[in-house]
Amino acid sequence: MDLKDLYRDVIVDHNRHPRNFGKLQPADVHADGHNPLCGDRLTMYANLKGEHITDVKFEGSGCAISVASASLLTEAVKGKTKSEIKELFDDVHTLLTQHDAVVDPARLGKLAALSGVREFPARVKCASLCWHTLNAALDRAAEPVTTE
Amino acid sequence: MNAAVTATRSATALDIAAIRRDFPILHQTVNGKPLVYLDNAASSQRPKSVIEAISRYYEHDHANVHRGVHTLSQRATDAYEGARETIRRFINARDTKEIVFVRGTTEAVNLVAQSFARPGFQAGDEILISALEHHANIVPWQLLRDQVGAVLKVIPINEAGEVDFVEFQKLIGPRTRLLALAHVSNALGTIVPVEKFIKVAKQHGVPVLLDGAQAIPHTAVDVQALGCDFYCFSSHKMLGPTGMGVLYGKRELLEAMPPWQGGGDMILSVTFEKTTFNQLPWKFEAGTPHIAGAIGLATAIDYLETIGMQRIAAYENELLEYATERLSALPGLRIVGTAADKAAVVSFTLDGIHPHDIGTILDTEGVAIRTGHHCAMPVMDFFRVPATARASMSFYNTREEIDRLVAALEHTRQVLG
Repeated sequence: MDLKDLYRDVIVDHNRHPRNFGKLQPADVHADGHNPLCGDRLTMYANLKGEHITDVKFEGSGCAISVASASLLTEAVKGKTKSEIKELFDDVHTLLTQHDAVVDPARLGKLAALSGVREFPARVKCASLCWHTLNAALDRAAEPVTTE
Repeated sequence: MNAAVTATRSATALDIAAIRRDFPILHQTVNGKPLVYLDNAASSQRPKSVIEAISRYYEHDHANVHRGVHTLSQRATDAYEGARETIRRFINARDTKEIVFVRGTTEAVNLVAQSFARPGFQAGDEILISALEHHANIVPWQLLRDQVGAVLKVIPINEAGEVDFVEFQKLIGPRTRLLALAHVSNALGTIVPVEKFIKVAKQHGVPVLLDGAQAIPHTAVDVQALGCDFYCFSSHKMLGPTGMGVLYGKRELLEAMPPWQGGGDMILSVTFEKTTFNQLPWKFEAGTPHIAGAIGLATAIDYLETIGMQRIAAYENELLEYATERLSALPGLRIVGTAADKAAVVSFTLDGIHPHDIGTILDTEGVAIRTGHHCAMPVMDFFRVPATARASMSFYNTREEIDRLVAALEHTRQVLG
């Protein structure tokens, strides 16, 4: 268990200088995420054009892992389609939870910096909170489509 | 606990090295570093004597209690009821009938809410708690509120984390039916001067429940001197096993309360038409109890008494003063909860670093602390923080361990700085 695996330079940098931080106004969709165990709260905002995410921002407060993960997420999903984001989420989830997981680094890009989190089981939820929150926001956007 | 200050001199008589040898768990490395256990407010560790008493019971004396005529059942019953007497003496209750074994403080509070309050409280009746409370002394009253339409009123705290006595005097009134108060705050360490709250409550004829979970490991508790009606505490915070706790209640109140769980051991006779309930305290102990838990708790009390509660309080107060001084000197560190009278708990935040990250980094240095909301989310809301880091000391901790904590916090700053 090496601390440097968890707090890699990329993570420390994104925690100190989170990208796409702030409110997106107006936003097509947004959702709040809360991890009651540690008090992390964040809101994900996104604008959509058809299936594509054209812009995404987040705000809130949390630990270094949750802030860096949300920051990395915003960089990773911008311009992608909803189905591409679902695939990416699956990859990130595998990366965070499966010990011997082999995830193609080319698909993950900078998100690969989160691979150390799986050595710290108590911290997995910190890293996945933003992804669940974005999913909730996108599902909400999809609701009218599915119900009509 | 005021004895802590006056008894400081005698604290030097504690042989900490010998005490530490009594706690096997302390002698290990965590992540390659000697363990520094500073999470005692969450749960303390066990001395060898407690572990051995539980083993000995299971190896030699175990059978069900209050049942058999055979030797083992008699031994188990004697040990279980003997434990009740040890606890009665420890908190100076008048009668063992006033000592009810439960799973912990949480169950004790729930028992009082459901068996004492629920049958008699009516819509509009008021329950007074403080803004310091652990969720275990909030949620049972919210459940009751929704069951009977009672009103939950909250005595505010000040910026130091002290319960506002002036506001309390304004809040208590003719509709107040119960005052339920923490004796010591788990999140901040504040020692609540419960004596003066009880005095006012008595003037209004209001019964008082004290949540003593954090007080009883660190100070001598005398329920008769306090004059409270109920006192609740957990075994695992005072060197005893988990899943064990005590509800002390004044006999006349317990006598009048209906049982809250039905089953074996709490009855005298059962037919399909009618059941006659057992006497106190067994009326409240349905089912086979945690016999080994009671024995372990009594052994823990023996251990505490061998050292002496006053000496424990005095030594822990020295540790608190040292930890407060060392931690305050760290740049960007803010101590949350600065009451004049505190148990050995230091809750804090570090500028720009989330408590969760502090907890993880300290763990890699072998230092165990609690991070989060400490089951006291309203306290966190009051101080406008999502969480704090909390170091909580016991009498087996040392100044050197506090130095290790400080060094690990400096390391945290380097990692995330």
